[in-house]
Amino acid sequence: MHPFTLSRAIDSASAISAAQDPHLAFIAGGTDLIGLMKDRAARPERLLDINGLPDMDHVEPTSDGGLRIGALARMSDVAADVEVRRRFPVISESLLFAASGQLRNMASMGGNIVQRTRCPYFRDEDGLPCNKRQPGSGCSARYGLNRTQAIFGWSDDCVATHPSDVAVAFAALDANVLVHGTTGERSIPFTEFHCLPGNTPERDNVLRRGDLIVAIEVPARIEGRASYYLKVRDRQSYEFALVSTAVAVAVNSGRIMSARLAMGGVAHKPWRLTATEGELRGLSLSDVDALKAAIATSFTDARPLAHNGFKVELGQRVALRAVQIAGGRA
Amino acid sequence: MTENDATQAESNGRVQVNMIVNGSARTLTVEPRMTLLDALRDELGLTGPKKSCDRGECGACTVHIEDRRVLSCMTLAAMHNGQRITTIEGLERDGQLHPVQEGFIEYDGFQCGFCTSGQIMSAVAMIEEAKAGWPSAATTDVSQSFSVSDLSDVEIRERLSGNLCRCACYPNIVDAVAHAIRRS
Repeated sequence: MHPFTLSRAIDSASAISAAQDPHLAFIAGGTDLIGLMKDRAARPERLLDINGLPDMDHVEPTSDGGLRIGALARMSDVAADVEVRRRFPVISESLLFAASGQLRNMASMGGNIVQRTRCPYFRDEDGLPCNKRQPGSGCSARYGLNRTQAIFGWSDDCVATHPSDVAVAFAALDANVLVHGTTGERSIPFTEFHCLPGNTPERDNVLRRGDLIVAIEVPARIEGRASYYLKVRDRQSYEFALVSTAVAVAVNSGRIMSARLAMGGVAHKPWRLTATEGELRGLSLSDVDALKAAIATSFTDARPLAHNGFKVELGQRVALRAVQIAGGRA
Repeated sequence: MTENDATQAESNGRVQVNMIVNGSARTLTVEPRMTLLDALRDELGLTGPKKSCDRGECGACTVHIEDRRVLSCMTLAAMHNGQRITTIEGLERDGQLHPVQEGFIEYDGFQCGFCTSGQIMSAVAMIEEAKAGWPSAATTDVSQSFSVSDLSDVEIRERLSGNLCRCACYPNIVDAVAHAIRRS
């Protein structure tokens, strides 16, 4: 790793102020940032350790049935939290299907949602062309090995996917990201937090310089209890998703009253299946043909690359099974 | 570290870290970029934690920080001032091997042995996680409570998936850990 200095943040106001420096990066769990520094995909000159900031590492059930998840809470603690498991199994499962036991003990929730893509060209130590790593250098994946890349929302400048699993669950549940910045506190709807690549793929999300993620807030959802995360990957454990789906449903007498679906591994951000959600309403969980047709409505704009056409079919099958399993929990 | 310490650290580039390592107070002076793994191996001579992938992909560097299993290659030594670190060298008690260590010997849980310290440190903490009621990706219904008696072979495999064994000694590793769970 390149040399850098390290200091420890005392309070959030001074952390936000220090982070006006474009060469300073916050570090919490470090499980993504240290890998990026080793791969020379990040070269901060100063690290500010934010682990000591007060009141940011708890999971608090809110009185209305929602959750407030502190940004410094560790993935493993959130996954094991009894209220998270009871109110939103999909959050616990999406965390447990990610990384390994060791990494989940280290990685913070705030860091999880800002982790950078696992695109092998972006991570390449030898610096192959990558617009995310070096804007204007080109996208090696567009016509290169792109089996793991996006099928929705990509641009010629970047075809990368977002690697977080729990972000997919948060998108499905319409959570909010609570941020402290120079202009005070603001709440960002989760589905607007991550960006599509467009012609600025170096930008992953809408955070501004100095912004500190304080918490992720999940409002009460009638669909929360009957929720499920299904992840398909090249090996059964300890691997990023090829395709995943977070589903939460409300069911009455075997019929879907409302549904929330988002997919991972298919786009530069968690990909919400809005059209499908509308089509699922009123369908019987046992009418497989109708469920398939409803899911297909969100795949009409899929644009597979040379090597990932399988994700279009796989994605629909994963979504179907996830709806069926979540429905079975109602 | 206070802000003053930080300022001082910036002037000479190295920072002082006090840690309790395997029960003993140790003071190190390290560059901020030194990982905990390199500090343990190169500064303290604790070569039990192994450097294999150095990217958080293999688990060979697993140690405990405050009794939780972590990857020492993916964290900076200077971020652990005042914390308690345990490596494989600190696992035995009064000359007695930990039940997981005994299980590895009894069930032949290794071939080349390079991943073994990471496997054992991971398994020891994993059993404690199960005792605390933590579910895993192999748990059918995470909304239900979990107890250590639910640690099936499938559960053990899932919970130890962060430790790779290039000799593919997995069946014996699972047997060794299951043995330790029965004994604990």
